[in-house]
Amino acid sequence: MCGNCGCAEDAIVAVLDTDTARDTTRTVELQQKVLAKNDELADGNRRWLRDRGILAVNLMSAPGAGKTTLLERTTKDLGDTVAISVIEGDQETTIDAKRIQAAGSRVVQINTGAGCHLDAAMVAQGLRGLDPPSGSVVVIENVGNLVCPALFDLGEAAKVVLASVTEGADKPMKYPHMFRQADLVLLGKTDLLPYLEFDVRQYMTDLRRIAPGALLLQVSATTGDGVPAWYDWLRRRIPPPVE
Amino acid sequence: MHELAITESLVDAVTERLPGQRVTCVRLEIGALSGVVADSVRFCFDLVTEGTSLEGAALEIDQPPAVCHCRVCGGDFEPDGPIAMCPCGSAEVTVLAGQQLKITSVQVA
Repeated sequence: MCGNCGCAEDAIVAVLDTDTARDTTRTVELQQKVLAKNDELADGNRRWLRDRGILAVNLMSAPGAGKTTLLERTTKDLGDTVAISVIEGDQETTIDAKRIQAAGSRVVQINTGAGCHLDAAMVAQGLRGLDPPSGSVVVIENVGNLVCPALFDLGEAAKVVLASVTEGADKPMKYPHMFRQADLVLLGKTDLLPYLEFDVRQYMTDLRRIAPGALLLQVSATTGDGVPAWYDWLRRRIPPPVE
Repeated sequence: MHELAITESLVDAVTERLPGQRVTCVRLEIGALSGVVADSVRFCFDLVTEGTSLEGAALEIDQPPAVCHCRVCGGDFEPDGPIAMCPCGSAEVTVLAGQQLKITSVQVA
């Protein structure tokens, strides 16, 4: 028994331990990026792709913008001249993977479950699974979301943001983090412009304010209008095959 | 809600650097242009740290303002909100600070 309060003596030892612990509390300087691990894995993916002469692009958009439809068309139109494979990111189902496969591309589906974006570790797995040939294109179709995918480097050579005219012209202003990082912005579903109040000129002005360095191309995967410029953009970036 | 994945990355980073050590406080820097909402990280922190060496730790978040450099007028400015436009009207800006998302230090017992 302790002389102070009548508690068991080992309890006093415990109190002393706590005091000792308090004395030894120390601050450890880390100065480490929170996403350092993802960034390292992304750099690994980038090296892996570069060593094999493969172009990878990270295709991002809101849900329903038309990423899969554009990739179906791209696969069919370029299939004979450019080998394309796709990493499909969705929370659930293999619906998109089946569509891409039916169009003629090699595809792996990654289901993120509760996750709202792809990360570099998932893409590393996807790349190993696909094992794309040298001189080919890998399109990483990210989870439909204009917020979260903006933060995660996947090791891609370029970021492409697809925004369809049905979403409204205010998207670059509303989602600046996503559009700021874009190398290429594809304005999609332009065949629907006659039915909408969508000011393309205002859209371009707003996009310039957010992402002055991004190229804007207008495309319709339904009619094929504008898609040759998207194909040229891809072709120009394909590295020469590695022996 | 990428803050959940970010908070998980934060816990992984700390436990990897300081295996087995009980952490009593984590200090973070979330820049104004990082795209991460500090309140959402706070919300996720208690959930994600449960059962780890960070359980019960305090979370201190510093939110430094953004600093941008205008390539047209040459001036530096703090953008008003997430859209980095120079007061001179130019969007040709370089972000000098405010995109950081890092763990500055932790306190261990």
